[in-house]
Amino acid sequence: MRSTAHSFKDNAKAAMADPQLRRALDNVKTGFIGKRAKAAARLPEFEALRDASRAIKVHTLDHLDLYLERYEKNVLAAGGHVHWCESAADARAAVLEICQRVGAKTVTKGKSMICEEIALNEHLEAEGMIPVETDLGEYIIQLRHEPPSHIIAPAVHLTKDAIEADFRQAHTQFPKDRPLSEPRHLVDEARQVLRTRFLEADVGITGANFLIAETGSSVIVTNEGNGDLTQVIPKVHIVVASLEKVIPNLCDLSTILRVLARSATGQEFSTYTTVSSGPKRPEDPDGPEEYHVILLDNGRTQMLGNEFREVLHCIRCGACMNHCPVYHAIGGHAYGWVYPGPIGAVLTPGLIGIEEAGDLPNASSFCGRCESVCPMRIPLPKLMRHWREREFERRLTPAPVRYGLAAWAFLARRPALYHWLLGLEMRVLGALGRRKGRFAWLPFAGGWTRHRDFPAPQGKTFQALWAERQGTRAP
Amino acid sequence: MPKEIAPPARVGLFVTCLVDLMRPSVGFAAVKLLEEAGCAVEAPRAQTCCGQPAYNSGDRADAQALARQTIEAFEGFDYVVAPSGSCAAMIREHYPALLAKDAAWSARAERLAVRTYELISFLSDVRGVTGVAARFEGAVTYHDGCSGLRELGIQAQPRQLLASVQGLSLKEMPDADVCCGFGGTFCVKFSDISNTMVGDKIASIEKSGARTLLAGELGCLMNMAGKLKRTGVQVEARHVAEVLAGMTDEPAIGEAGGD
Ligand code: SF4
Repeated sequence: MRSTAHSFKDNAKAAMADPQLRRALDNVKTGFIGKRAKAAARLPEFEALRDASRAIKVHTLDHLDLYLERYEKNVLAAGGHVHWCESAADARAAVLEICQRVGAKTVTKGKSMICEEIALNEHLEAEGMIPVETDLGEYIIQLRHEPPSHIIAPAVHLTKDAIEADFRQAHTQFPKDRPLSEPRHLVDEARQVLRTRFLEADVGITGANFLIAETGSSVIVTNEGNGDLTQVIPKVHIVVASLEKVIPNLCDLSTILRVLARSATGQEFSTYTTVSSGPKRPEDPDGPEEYHVILLDNGRTQMLGNEFREVLHCIRCGACMNHCPVYHAIGGHAYGWVYPGPIGAVLTPGLIGIEEAGDLPNASSFCGRCESVCPMRIPLPKLMRHWREREFERRLTPAPVRYGLAAWAFLARRPALYHWLLGLEMRVLGALGRRKGRFAWLPFAGGWTRHRDFPAPQGKTFQALWAERQGTRAP
Repeated sequence: MPKEIAPPARVGLFVTCLVDLMRPSVGFAAVKLLEEAGCAVEAPRAQTCCGQPAYNSGDRADAQALARQTIEAFEGFDYVVAPSGSCAAMIREHYPALLAKDAAWSARAERLAVRTYELISFLSDVRGVTGVAARFEGAVTYHDGCSGLRELGIQAQPRQLLASVQGLSLKEMPDADVCCGFGGTFCVKFSDISNTMVGDKIASIEKSGARTLLAGELGCLMNMAGKLKRTGVQVEARHVAEVLAGMTDEPAIGEAGGD
């Protein structure tokens, strides 16, 4: 998808002016947070499981080459294929090659953020194929030609009424006066439409929540069962996954799964957890004839070697954005590319460049709520700060900020001058502001006073008063 | 007077740039509370700002220079105490990381870090203060500043001390632990987003029904007070130390002065 991350501020402004979006985002605030908190509180070992999960990722990344090779070996042993792809273009080409070889027309898709990252749907459509999203949320946003606004709840920016309108417009095969006001009606109708698609599909594409080195398996975690139908019915199953999804074995999987659903939706376990190992074997009643894994790097091995390594621990649970007050204010689309919220603020600049996505890691008050709930304990604010350091080094920080900082630091590094000059300024401001106690406008403070008053200083500084007090005291 | 439990200690008061410049009465409230807790307080004149604005803007060089300046100014004290969670966290949590690769300074940064505390948690956790001899009539609500809450674990301490203030009742607001949208330079760089956040915060404050808003972080208080004033909500904002020290004669933040 084309990025609009460079116009983040305008995107955010438009989002905040949309009352429908604000209503939808209230659901994120009230729903996800309480559910996660309850799920975490019910499990005494939850914090210990977070540590254990993190340790698994740390270990795997330390030996990533070894686990990837082991993973490939076991995929091949099970009769599958692995396509190593360095870039998004490589991954698109690999998928296309497989689809064209089998003469695919309809391609069903399970929910996959990596497919969003490589903009696979547009690519398949351009080549004359019909990609059909089968996750309900993804299906809705595909109808609307929108990108997801959340990594686990792609249509969370929409209200029920908006979805009803979309369905009435798109599904002209059904009677006009059918009832569609209840969520149940919407689910049933989507299911009915998708059922024929599942049966038509020539290729099914899914993502993977995990890749298991020991068994060469891919694992998907879903709540709708659509992923299973996507990968079992067609002749060909393609898994599109980035390489940091690999973990050593099924035991590690069970550890991380215990924090994943709890962190994401507050469920103890997602409804479906499906482990796929290779194509259909002779004794299997069903399954695909071909099993391919597109193993995507797309800049990740670079992060492995720099200060952003910990971002590769992410298991895409969405807890960071569910708890983010900035996300609550602006929603996911304002971030301008595939990954919104705190994880997006760290990951996006790494994938599409800090020049394009420079606002994202800056648009955080560093409140730290994301880090406090991240099951993998990724220090998201610290990583955002690292992006700011890179911007500052490369002089990408906006000039007013740079000059303002330089002037302030010049003073702050000279205590005598600082106390004298600012002491004077505070006395002036204090005198000017005494009657009202605040300023509705101040020069150079438009960013502040546009939305709030500026409280007036009391007058003399602490240091000035303290010196007076010391002077009047016996030595 | 609270009972003196721990032996006397020499405390260097890190006033913080905002308290120094904007609201020195918070500094004097801190001094009073520390002295009542048996501390001898000094406020070195070589201090300015802890360096957060530079650090959080990616300007490591200036942040490091200010870290060194602060370390130098406060070496030799038993403790360093700041009436701010974010400044205390800056010294405690971030100075060691900032100077980790600086052979001459990393050990000095570590030594300072472990002796640095936010005021209220210092009183509770280090000096064993369980109550104060202050009076404040009315209902207050307390906002948890993010750094203090998540980096230093400050949540129970201010509530415990507030419970001992005569005449005061604490009415919790919903989402007391959610950011008010200040975030240092964030509030001017992303003014509109910050405005939505502080708007939500004001709505929470109003839901509490309290007429006084307290917090341990002057930046957040100025942000919230500025928004309360702009929107005409009748709630006064004060630093929690003012109430605990019984020093509430000064007009509240953003309120008109007496003359
Ligand atoms: S960064 Fe952490 S909280 Fe956010 S999606 Fe990834 S694992 Fe979940």
